Amino acid sequence: MGRTLAEKVWEQHVVRRADGEPDLLYIDLHLIHEVTSPQAFDGLRLAGRKVRRPDLTIATEDHNVPTVLGPIADPVSKKQVETLRKNAAEFGIRLHPMGDAGQGVVHIIGPQFGLTQPGMTIVCGDSHTSTHGAFGGIAFGIGTSEVEHVLATQTLPAYRPKTMAIEVSGELPPGVTAKDLILAIIAKIGTGGGQGYIVEYRGEAVRELSMEGRMTVCNMSIEAGARAGMIAPDETTFAYLKGRPHAPQGEAWDQAVEYWKSLRTDDDAVFDKVVEIDASTLTPYVTWGTNPGQGLPLAESVPSPDSFADPVARSAAERALDYMGLNAGTPLREIEVDTVFVGSCTNGRIEDLRSAAEILRGRQVRTRTLIVPGSMQVKLQAEEEGLHEVFKAAGAEWREAGCSMCLGMNPDTLKPGERSASTSNRNFEGRQGKGGRTHLVSPQVAAATAVTGRLTAPADL
Amino acid sequence: MEAFITHTGTAVPLRRSNVDTDQIIPAVWLKQVSRTGFENGLFAAWREDPEFVLNDATYEGASILVSGPDFGTGSSREHAVWALQQYGFRVVIAARFGDIFRNNSTKMGLLPVVLPGDKAADLQSAVEANPKLEITVDLRERQVRWADEVVAFEIDDYTRWRLMEGLDDIGLTLRHADDVAVYENGRQPWLPTTV
Ligand code: SF4
Repeated sequence: MGRTLAEKVWEQHVVRRADGEPDLLYIDLHLIHEVTSPQAFDGLRLAGRKVRRPDLTIATEDHNVPTVLGPIADPVSKKQVETLRKNAAEFGIRLHPMGDAGQGVVHIIGPQFGLTQPGMTIVCGDSHTSTHGAFGGIAFGIGTSEVEHVLATQTLPAYRPKTMAIEVSGELPPGVTAKDLILAIIAKIGTGGGQGYIVEYRGEAVRELSMEGRMTVCNMSIEAGARAGMIAPDETTFAYLKGRPHAPQGEAWDQAVEYWKSLRTDDDAVFDKVVEIDASTLTPYVTWGTNPGQGLPLAESVPSPDSFADPVARSAAERALDYMGLNAGTPLREIEVDTVFVGSCTNGRIEDLRSAAEILRGRQVRTRTLIVPGSMQVKLQAEEEGLHEVFKAAGAEWREAGCSMCLGMNPDTLKPGERSASTSNRNFEGRQGKGGRTHLVSPQVAAATAVTGRLTAPADL
Repeated sequence: MEAFITHTGTAVPLRRSNVDTDQIIPAVWLKQVSRTGFENGLFAAWREDPEFVLNDATYEGASILVSGPDFGTGSSREHAVWALQQYGFRVVIAARFGDIFRNNSTKMGLLPVVLPGDKAADLQSAVEANPKLEITVDLRERQVRWADEVVAFEIDDYTRWRLMEGLDDIGLTLRHADDVAVYENGRQPWLPTTV
């Protein structure tokens, strides 16, 4: 019987297999940032252990960094960043600190350097590591104990998750993006729908996506509960990688491509679960609640909790409406927002900024609008293309690279009761600041919303 | 890590679903570089509400948290596990867990117990009816027991063994350092390094 893509990549990385034990899996790339690593390095020091492969490890500063120039004002954030610097120096790990041209959100810089390649295993102490699966590898988030484990051994003991295919047929209509697709998928299967699975996104609409779009989709796999999401590599993948600093070159490139082409699910392979979705029926999606599964097409209205048959879903909806300050029956298009955030590892890449700029060109924003590039390189590229001028002329704020308002560990936060349209990935209670209310949207909807001050699709302008 | 074989204690019923790790420990608490002091951050936003179940003196001293489905979804922050443990919990019971949270828990010796949704809800009701109800979570037998109820739960043999022995994973893996070295020699030549 044939094998799925996930099975092929997994098998390639099994260091040791024994009855009744998890597989010991080799890790090709370990990404590190300041938040989930300090206690792991402490653990190494306590046990007198070294980092086994500093040359397969890379660190950046992203979660705490301010997005305006200048030092970190918060002493606690500052200490955390300084701790990473000290640890990177002590253990010999390459670090891209604030101000460095390679700095950025951890999931943006891996692909940007060409370090993220098909068929690899990639981990990071961050749940959105699933992003890297867009290149056809297995990439997943881990906790601090596992970070320490990978630092010490370059391996992880793990059971292979089950496999799920999400088959996306048809074409995405114009104005409907990768973000809308993944929000629709999560709304369909629920926040627990992917638990225990590695998801492979397949089908016509997925193959048509750019690498940026594929990363947006894989990024939010975790929001459907899946540990990892992946997409088989193809010409789009190879074209994106070619010439990047860490991509193979010359003969090695040809060898690699030949191998990468074998990384696809065999025709006779069987998935443990298959979900189908028709892309051609989709329209721009927004979330109305406090988990990413609580989403609807923008054309609809805030649902009534009574419309949920399942009592758990009903009480979750009641709580969500209360927290979000929304009434059932209000058209989503009438919801007014105070802040628009374009950025994060979901939608902070160059293509996202281009599409937001296209909508803001020659228009004025009516809300506080933060445009935060996902990395310094994205920022430089955007400035080369003059996008920053478009944003500034529209009245938006053009910021330095970092996680920013995706989770508000830096000063970019919502105040209690404030409402945002955000291109990030989590609308949890208080995610963007205590008491803040978040609606997840695509960059296009974010930009259109900035113009009107209400949740708006570009087509409405 | 402290070994876990069996634990008897009282419980707190948390009647919520989708308890994401941002609720268990908000991001502002993640700036700490030490591994201690997270108990005050546990459910920090919810605890501001005097009605929140953790503020209910009836449940004081509880060491088992019984939640609605999808506990620990969201972020990979292990701080969520540290906060629960440092607050005094040894077991979390729910119908479904976020995968990373569940993994992190077993690395630290906090036992995540998956009970079918109606059984978890039954247990919540039993605790609400009698907050001093004694509950035994028996990892050896893979059972949760209260009053006349005996409910079996599943956990794989390896994780169970590791928890019962209180073994740290790194030490176990380092026993296989030779296998790792052999694997490393056979890696594909084009794979990138960060140098
Ligand atoms: S941008 Fe948001 S989701 Fe991505 S790594 Fe940063 S905080 Fe996490």
